[in-house]
Amino acid sequence: MSSSIIEMNGIHKAFGQVHVLKGVSFDLKSGEIHALMGENGAGKSTLMKILTGIHSKDQGDITYKGKEITFKSPKEAEKAGISVIHQELNIIPELTVAENFFLGKEKTAGKTGILKNKVMNEEAKAWLMELGIKLDPKKPASDCSVGQQQMIEIARAVSANSEVLIMDEPTAALTKKEIDVLFNVMGGLKKKGVAIVYISHRMEEIFTMCDRITVLRDGASVGTRVINQTDFQEVVKMMVGRELGEQFPERKGMPGKVRLTVDNLSSSTGVKSVSFDLREGEILGVAGLMGAGRTELMRALFGADKSSGVIQIEGKTLKKPSPKKSIRAGMAFVTEDRKGEGLILNQTVRENLSTAQLNQLSKWSLLRIKKEQASATDLIERLRIKTSGMEQEAKSLSGGNQQKIVIGKWLATNPSVLILDEPTRGVDVGAKKEIYQIMNDLTVKGVSIIMVSSELPEILGMSDRILVMHEGKVTSIMDRAGADQEKIMTAATGGE
Amino acid sequence: MKNTGIIQKIGPFLGLILIIAVLSILSPSFLDLNNILNILRQVSINALIAFGMTFIILTGGIDLSVGSMLALGAALTAGAMTAGFDPILAILIGLLIGAAMGAFNGLIITKGKVAPFIATLATMTIYRGLTLVYTEGRPVTGLSDAFSFQMIGKGYVFGIPFPVVTMFLAFGILWFILKKTTFGRGVYSVGGNEEASRLAGLNVDRIKIGVYTLTGVLSVLAGIILTSRLNSAQPTAGTAYELDAIAAVVLGGTSLTGGRGWIVGTLIGALIIGVLNNGLNLMNVSSFYQQVVKGGVILLAVLLDRKKAA
Repeated sequence: MSSSIIEMNGIHKAFGQVHVLKGVSFDLKSGEIHALMGENGAGKSTLMKILTGIHSKDQGDITYKGKEITFKSPKEAEKAGISVIHQELNIIPELTVAENFFLGKEKTAGKTGILKNKVMNEEAKAWLMELGIKLDPKKPASDCSVGQQQMIEIARAVSANSEVLIMDEPTAALTKKEIDVLFNVMGGLKKKGVAIVYISHRMEEIFTMCDRITVLRDGASVGTRVINQTDFQEVVKMMVGRELGEQFPERKGMPGKVRLTVDNLSSSTGVKSVSFDLREGEILGVAGLMGAGRTELMRALFGADKSSGVIQIEGKTLKKPSPKKSIRAGMAFVTEDRKGEGLILNQTVRENLSTAQLNQLSKWSLLRIKKEQASATDLIERLRIKTSGMEQEAKSLSGGNQQKIVIGKWLATNPSVLILDEPTRGVDVGAKKEIYQIMNDLTVKGVSIIMVSSELPEILGMSDRILVMHEGKVTSIMDRAGADQEKIMTAATGGE
Repeated sequence: MKNTGIIQKIGPFLGLILIIAVLSILSPSFLDLNNILNILRQVSINALIAFGMTFIILTGGIDLSVGSMLALGAALTAGAMTAGFDPILAILIGLLIGAAMGAFNGLIITKGKVAPFIATLATMTIYRGLTLVYTEGRPVTGLSDAFSFQMIGKGYVFGIPFPVVTMFLAFGILWFILKKTTFGRGVYSVGGNEEASRLAGLNVDRIKIGVYTLTGVLSVLAGIILTSRLNSAQPTAGTAYELDAIAAVVLGGTSLTGGRGWIVGTLIGALIIGVLNNGLNLMNVSSFYQQVVKGGVILLAVLLDRKKAA
């Protein structure tokens, strides 16, 4: 490894009264993959936004290739060779692969503005091939998987001769296979001397891919370690400032009698005759690859999409299921897409916590604000939601706290069947553990939980039984005692 | 965070004060009590429509058909009266027809899944066409002399014009609905995140149909006031009223993308438009220039709002 390409020293940043960065230092060497870790709100994103000129720093200095520099805009940073692959991809679905690739820097015949589509198609194809990706440049981006879309962005960054690549949770939405492809590409870039900043919550990935790791906590750098001189335990300790102990709480609930039965459930969204049952106080883990139909099954079960088949709760059949009827029957649904389907971002914490229980909080359609406030106070306390108060807007909270609000919104309805779709995605280690604890407490009280998750350790650590899906069908339902990662993956890929 | 919210809310109010201050200096008769009551009476029609429009825009929708609903509702009410119905009964029929027209808009938008802009663009034309068919293109005249009907547009309560009383009454009720009822909360929620609201068990379709129905009723109410004042129902009444209503909502600081805004702002927005119209008239500014000024004020208000938000 050579000398540092980027050095950030003593970076300070405050937004109003809130001191977000308190003297953070960070250095990046050419040809290394450097993990940046920390709980939500630790300051990772802000640090990277300062580096790429989205925010300005209050104090401190940045050296890039030996020269002190302050970028005024992301465009300037990109020109200098620093590219960012955001968690939310900048892909326009209606355009083709090549059109996305050349977005904003289209090749034209002279200065006429007439596009040279043939040339662009060929070049985009060639750049993607360079990464080992075969993709038809004329294909609409909407027909590409999330992994492929990400590759378009990476190829775009590589074609711009980027020397530094910042990747923000790049694997959050990828399948195992796509992650392998991504890691291959990252390995190749590293060999070419590209420096990569890798932001992720997934410890396993960091230990397989990264060379060094820097941990931030509460806006300060806790330390930088060379990866093979540290371990899982130490990194978690650095992140939370204390030992976390066992990641998963001891399951105390004992599944009772059957509460929910699903028979031959199919939907136009790709669920194919699914049958299973769920007991009181049980956690049923739902595993499967991206696109296996897990979320679709949950939506059909909750009545969000049209379906055929029979759903019974406590022996009663749900006729023509709709979210409203499902809620009345005791179901609750914490969706995978927190911002798109869970929260109303510009409403307050109080208002968000009330959305699903407006009937209980009103009399003759009149809102009882006092009752609403009491309910909000109670939920904030019970779930330990960190806010400046119940009147704070939901959009200004961290991911973990937003997730707790969505969970709180549903707990307020006193559900007997709680559906959790990727409950810990994008949530930091501390909040994750709290969510597990909440789930555990609920099962002790007899609540039945269905948990969809892409993280196998989570599935194995929390579930009583595990349902595995592949291409819209159930391929296996196994007891936790007889389950392991290998068995689940086999069932998830359609094997025996 | 909180501070910017207050500034954003006070902004329209400060704008109104500023315009009033400037106009009262430029035109001494502007602050006469009579003139002020006159302005309020002129504002009431647009304000009633704009109140409904606020509900719709809060859900993320729009209604272009308000002017046509006003005309058709007014023509049918007038028609009922000339046919010998009791004025009160005729008015109730008119309001009911307003509700039906609004509900029809809502049904096309929710059950037919047509974008509000397109749906109400179509019904704007349909309702206007029906008005022309019904009136054969002529004003409906020879209306009732009954006190109850004459009062609506021309009467006074303790020296305050009846339309102004109606406007403030409607404002109070609608403010309460928006702020204190589950329906009002639903309106904000649907505009803030429709899918999240649906999954939380809110009846999104019913809320949407509700806001369009409400707007239909309010538009016809405005039409009846207009009819009473003019003593006739004009087939072309209400043309382009949707623009003033939308302008009032936007001037009041309600976001066109839905989920954010308030009805107090709409009242202020309607007042700004009314005050400008009146003040420019008093100063003998040509009506051609008046349009330029009005448009300029709207643009300025929205630009200032953007700046604060950024």
